[in-house]
Amino acid sequence: MAPPTVYIGCGAGFSGDRLDAAIPVVNTLTKKKGPKYLIFETLAERTLALAQKHKQKDPSHGYSPFLEDYLRPILKTCADSGIKIVSNFGAANPIGAAKKISEIATQLECKSLRIAIILGDDLLNVFSDYEIRDHPVIEGLEISDQEIIAANAYLGARPIAEALGLGADVVVVGRCTDPALVLGPLINEFGWKENDWQHLAQGTMAGHLLECGAQVTGAYFADPGYKDVPDLAEVGFPIAEISGDGSIIITKADETGGIVSEQTVKEQLLYEIHDPANYYTADVILDISNVSVEQIAANRVRVSGADGKPHPPTLKATVSIDGGWMGEAEMTYAGPNALARAKLALEVLKKRCQKLETNYPIRFDILGTVSVHSGDMGLDNYDSFGIDGDYRVRIASKGQDKKIVERINQEMLSLYCSGPSGGGGFRQHLTDQIHTASILVDRDKVATQIEFI
Amino acid sequence: MTMQDLIVTRLHQVAHARAGDKGNRSNISLIPYNPRLFYLLKEQVTESKVLELFLHKGATKVTRYELPNLPAFNFVLDDALEGGVNSALNLDQHGKSLSSLLLTMDVKVPNDLISR
Repeated sequence: MAPPTVYIGCGAGFSGDRLDAAIPVVNTLTKKKGPKYLIFETLAERTLALAQKHKQKDPSHGYSPFLEDYLRPILKTCADSGIKIVSNFGAANPIGAAKKISEIATQLECKSLRIAIILGDDLLNVFSDYEIRDHPVIEGLEISDQEIIAANAYLGARPIAEALGLGADVVVVGRCTDPALVLGPLINEFGWKENDWQHLAQGTMAGHLLECGAQVTGAYFADPGYKDVPDLAEVGFPIAEISGDGSIIITKADETGGIVSEQTVKEQLLYEIHDPANYYTADVILDISNVSVEQIAANRVRVSGADGKPHPPTLKATVSIDGGWMGEAEMTYAGPNALARAKLALEVLKKRCQKLETNYPIRFDILGTVSVHSGDMGLDNYDSFGIDGDYRVRIASKGQDKKIVERINQEMLSLYCSGPSGGGGFRQHLTDQIHTASILVDRDKVATQIEFI
Repeated sequence: MTMQDLIVTRLHQVAHARAGDKGNRSNISLIPYNPRLFYLLKEQVTESKVLELFLHKGATKVTRYELPNLPAFNFVLDDALEGGVNSALNLDQHGKSLSSLLLTMDVKVPNDLISR
């Protein structure tokens, strides 16, 4: 008989998420009766390309750099209380991640932890460079003639479910769809069939709600006086309670801050969704256009009404290519007449950059006026802002040649001795850029394998 | 209801929002605090008005999706992210802060529906 309720907690919603967040989630899960899972979502679009670069430098690297920080505090408790862990922290090196987990498990004296690895997302093993470039781009930049750093398909939930069915306690994936981390365990527990679109849709929606961690429990939400959140510093990460009929209750770890309300769930439900009737995943096309949310108790919200349509014949894949360099440099002017001095600094910078005769795009900003909400090249009129203040001049540029980008940053540095009065606090960044393009690949070309170590 | 009952206020007083990105496309949810405002906002926060608000960001098209059961709207803004994480020189490459820009829009709503 299928179990009545599956408990799935989330310990991380992105590659740099709070390191101790999983501890209260695990403590709460240990008190539940029934199948229990903990997921970590740590792989944004370009994170995998960065991981690939790390692996190129050192073949033992290339998985989530925080893997140990996330797992060490909770791995033994999970092993002892049967909480299974599913995560994409394998990134560019799932085997390396699995070996590391095994090493930590041995140190912590966890009893016989079975660690599964899902392979097959890496398209560089499937297609030639030419074949990858031959796919039309559906999103992002065109694939230029620059080097392809990584190309990975978003795998679905089936291989995760299969690995769990084979007895895995920990499942390590590279690239999979984020909701698959939740849907995989649900398919394993409830045996939802490949064409059971309605249940797959509810499970995918549960995954979508959990995949960004505390974004559904009051984080990325607080707006003092409008949307108040208790104890945001200790925000509790989410736990979903899902039944075999697909019904979902979103709640959070016990004895934590944060809040689960209809408002927090609505914001996360629509996060990074485009057409609500057609959210494509590897397992199902999710339709949330008729979804309802209902607060049934404090910090407990029921979410219902997801619908599903047959999954597409293709899988989405992200191709990452070298994107040259971005330079950013900043200097502050403060106190009497600060805005006039900041404007003069910009004027000087513009003249100096003209002299460089580069066609690289360059953006000029005065932070403290309007910056992130202004147009592509910053504001042209600062007259409505106070003449006294604390203003920060910023320059940003990009291009293939590192030397030119460095040189543009240098023009800001030179303002120390050669610019307006009283400039201070110079900082600069020079970052190598990764460009991404999304393509669709034939799902029959992508073969997944499960390995145990 | 008489015209005297209506007041002009910023969307921020009556609704909340969250922005996400995919490539050079931004999506911004708009969720009224009071569900009864859904139809008034539907009349006033139109695709063309949102496009106007984001034209200076380079937006070329706005599509509005309605979710009456929540109730909420989802706005999808094409080309609004200066290339997005791939290439924007804006400090906020993801356009995460654009939800707040949407909430600067003025709307005319009944005074008694402003309470949160």
